[in-house]
Amino acid sequence: MSEKQEFWRWKEYRWHDESMDWKDADIISAGVDIGSVSSQAVIMADGKLYAFSNQRTGFDSPESANQAINWAMEGTGMTVKDLHYTVGTGYGRVNVPFADKALTEIACHARGGNFMYGPSVRTLLDMGGQDCKAIRCDERGKVEAFLMNDKCAAGTGRGMEVFADLLAIPIEEVGELSLSVEEEPEPVSSTCVVFAKSEASALLREGWPKNKVLAAYCSAMAHRVVTLLERIEVQKDFAITGGIAKNSGVVKRLEKELGLEALKTKYDSQIAGALGAALFGKALETKRRKN
Amino acid sequence: MIANYGYKDGSGDFFITIDTDKCDGCGDCVSACPGGVFAVGEDPNDPLRDEPVAIVSDEQRKKIKYTCNPCKPDHDRHPLPCVQACKPSAISHSW
Repeated sequence: MSEKQEFWRWKEYRWHDESMDWKDADIISAGVDIGSVSSQAVIMADGKLYAFSNQRTGFDSPESANQAINWAMEGTGMTVKDLHYTVGTGYGRVNVPFADKALTEIACHARGGNFMYGPSVRTLLDMGGQDCKAIRCDERGKVEAFLMNDKCAAGTGRGMEVFADLLAIPIEEVGELSLSVEEEPEPVSSTCVVFAKSEASALLREGWPKNKVLAAYCSAMAHRVVTLLERIEVQKDFAITGGIAKNSGVVKRLEKELGLEALKTKYDSQIAGALGAALFGKALETKRRKN
Repeated sequence: MIANYGYKDGSGDFFITIDTDKCDGCGDCVSACPGGVFAVGEDPNDPLRDEPVAIVSDEQRKKIKYTCNPCKPDHDRHPLPCVQACKPSAISHSW
């Protein structure tokens, strides 16, 4: 029997800027975001992005944190001792053994989103593995209003993974495929991922093609987060972070419902939290040296 | 900052909103709330703020629908103790 393909599995990878020499930097700061589904480590040299890693979170948060930072440092000659200030964030933030401080993902995402999308960003939507955050911030990335929903998995990356697996579609292809429908179907009615899955199974039995089922799920997800965003008053410019930002099926439907286009970035949308944590790391190290 | 603590699930929206610009960290809400929903301390969402602020703790955040329920009867509802206790009017409920 051939091994079952894991359609939900997205690509884990690392990167570092080979044109930079971190030894020239005055402050090396790091941010480690231990999320419920994915973990990222970002290393910055004097506030410039130097290296990062993006992987799945294991069952052991401290171990995931160690793996993430070591992978980000791979091939750079850097060790944890070279990090001047490390900030932990995400669900597992208190379990980052080498962190100097733990900060909430709200503060970190606003700061990271400001760096990634520029100072014009006022509304950020983070669609993470198992939660969804709506954040309004000022031109410096300071939070003005926020709302987080982590009690219900509808509108999260994990929900999308469940659907990718159910329909045997690689997760990276879900968005495009859902946009290939000729006519937009009604969104699935269930707000709960488990029940949305059973509803989707029923639709498949009725003979719905896969793209139509995905379209119904993506638009349900988009509609769901719009109601969250409305509570914090959406202002221009708008941007999305987290894994779902890579899913054009949800992004396009969200843009349509909000009547706003989401900003694009050259950075990986999944590193926003860790990036913000590393930026706070730099600010806190600067403060520490002054005192 | 408008801090919304709580959640949205299949049964509705349950958020306690704290306006941290109005909150002076006095702690009156902490003693007024029979459910122990509030705490005062460092603002976890604003690391560069020095003054203490009221928050809804992580343990309480996901169960406020139930914890707040006794203060929200269907009939003869009195003003909420937390809202009433807060002199700067920084606290509001979404439901």
